[in-house]
Amino acid sequence: MNPEYLTALILGGLTRGSIYALIALGYTMVYGIIQLINFAHGEIYMIGAFTGLIVSTVLTMHGMPGFGVVFFAAAAAIIYACCYGYTLEKIAYKPLRHAPRLSVLISAIGMSLFFQNYVLLAQTSNFLPFPGLIPDFEFWKPYSHVMSATELVIIVTTAIVMVLLTLLIKFTRIGKAMRATSQDKIMASLLGINVNQIISITFIVGSATAAIGGLLIASHTGQINAYMGFLVGIKAFVAAVLGGIGSIPGAVLGAFVLGLSESVFTGYVSSDYEDVFAFLILVLILIFRPSGILGRDQTQKV
Amino acid sequence: MRIFLFSLLFPACVFLMFSCGEKPADTIKLGVAGAHSGDLASYGIPSVRAAQLVVKKINAAGGVLGKQVELLIEDDACKPEIAGNTATKLISDGADVVLGHICSGATKAALGFYKDAGMVCMSPSATNPDLTFSGEYPNFFRTIANDAAQARLQVDFAVNVLKVKKVAILHDKGDYGKGAAELARGYFEDAGVQVILFEGITTGTVDYSAIVIKVNSLNPDAVIWGGYHPEASKIVTLMRKKNMDTPFIGPDGVKDATFISVAGEYAEGVYATGPVDISTNPMAILAGKEYQDAFGEEPGAFFDQAYAATLCLLNAIEKAGSTDYSAIVKSLHTHLTDTPFGKIKFDEKGDAIGVEFAVYKVENGVFTEHK
Repeated sequence: MNPEYLTALILGGLTRGSIYALIALGYTMVYGIIQLINFAHGEIYMIGAFTGLIVSTVLTMHGMPGFGVVFFAAAAAIIYACCYGYTLEKIAYKPLRHAPRLSVLISAIGMSLFFQNYVLLAQTSNFLPFPGLIPDFEFWKPYSHVMSATELVIIVTTAIVMVLLTLLIKFTRIGKAMRATSQDKIMASLLGINVNQIISITFIVGSATAAIGGLLIASHTGQINAYMGFLVGIKAFVAAVLGGIGSIPGAVLGAFVLGLSESVFTGYVSSDYEDVFAFLILVLILIFRPSGILGRDQTQKV
Repeated sequence: MRIFLFSLLFPACVFLMFSCGEKPADTIKLGVAGAHSGDLASYGIPSVRAAQLVVKKINAAGGVLGKQVELLIEDDACKPEIAGNTATKLISDGADVVLGHICSGATKAALGFYKDAGMVCMSPSATNPDLTFSGEYPNFFRTIANDAAQARLQVDFAVNVLKVKKVAILHDKGDYGKGAAELARGYFEDAGVQVILFEGITTGTVDYSAIVIKVNSLNPDAVIWGGYHPEASKIVTLMRKKNMDTPFIGPDGVKDATFISVAGEYAEGVYATGPVDISTNPMAILAGKEYQDAFGEEPGAFFDQAYAATLCLLNAIEKAGSTDYSAIVKSLHTHLTDTPFGKIKFDEKGDAIGVEFAVYKVENGVFTEHK
């Protein structure tokens, strides 16, 4: 087989995996702390992309140079998405903290539909063009048939976010409190950790990574609409489960396994059955490792 | 109070119902069926309005065969399972001819009923080739070119103008997109062109780089796309970003202003087929203006086709001298009608002669007809 072709496919798969990873992180962090599958997470990603679009359009109209637009659009998208993530938790999940898990799940699905329709009404149901915030580097042009400049930026940005997140969780007081809360909420609060605050921070961090993902992929594909979060949300959720939901390295690994297998399968077999293949892998892994690749075994009372 | 109001209203309603049923029988009844509610209402409502505009004009000029034309409007929501009921309702209300239905699936479901009842049905928008090609429905006519004609045009263009030797065909796995792609594949193979790739993609995916890399490695002379514009713009953008300048040919689902606004500079040079430009036809201009005056907005999808279809149906009755089924069919095949598309009549299968597709190319941000 042609090695250049395989390389291109693998790099394409890494790009896709990076996006899945950025969103899967939000799923897995929230699950790790409050054992909730936050179905509205894909919509936070969509809201991040919409904010980025609005801010960058306004700034470009006022004649701001490209680099400033990227910076302010990204900052606005992240802050906005964080606010949504924070409010979402306060309104839809906190009052249900002690309710049966099914109630919270339904609440999450409801919020997902709410956000979709809110953006449909407040913005539009049409596809909107998204400006190419990521510039095409001249020096990279000769290699762009293997990997475009945007794809390079996506992979690098994701890597940086991963490193920062790992540092946050491993080496800061907040990270330590997060790990403690995820292990045992009652014990953590007895030791003086403000559990509610930690949960809020988790939602904020998750939303920030989703907003970065939204911006990156929107400038990669060049278009957004109100439903863009749905399929990506499902795929990222699959990635999180694949890697072991609740585990942060697991989510990243799961996302790359999913992205790479989809890409290579499309390249060597057929794109007709891309999704079938992705879910087949999920089923196989869950048969042999029911808690995911890096998941901890948990016995659950039903 | 509410009960009192209701008791007043109820007899009034009953009276209205009966009075409708007992209208004098000497009107020509034109049924209008299609999607007037639901997701696809925007495809059906312009045709109702077209019928209203044409009928108003014809009635003011003395009607058809000296009788006034009356509209019977029925909704099928574009659903095949409802279309049967819609057809039965129109038949029992005594419609003479039917304008509709809008969607191919619903049209197919309704046609059997009309055939049994001996009624002519003319759609402004159902493009599924089988409706006319199968020969099952001699009572069916349409004022829009079918998907096969479109695929035929794409293939002729690719073979004769672009001189392609091998092509890659991608589609969105949907009825419309895959249907168009399969037709194109058939015609390419007949023309001796090698189809090196025929694959469906999942709509809404974050990234199509894998399929674009695959297309790139096979190095086709052209990429043929079957589907709508959102995926087309993603694929074209990626292709151009990866330095692929392979020609890209899409169907009328791509010939949409949104495609150009979304794909921006990457849309330049993309080919798409679409209905022939009629913006210079005086009748089309007049029809568009009538619509503007009556409804205060730009005419929607299939308005011109529905306008033409209403004119053809009523003209056929006038020329036939009666509402007899075989007389109307014969008249549709033989007599030319003046429409926004020029003078048209129908071939033996029921497709309009003179309503055609053209190839467009994106040049400087607009679709320009490629001569």
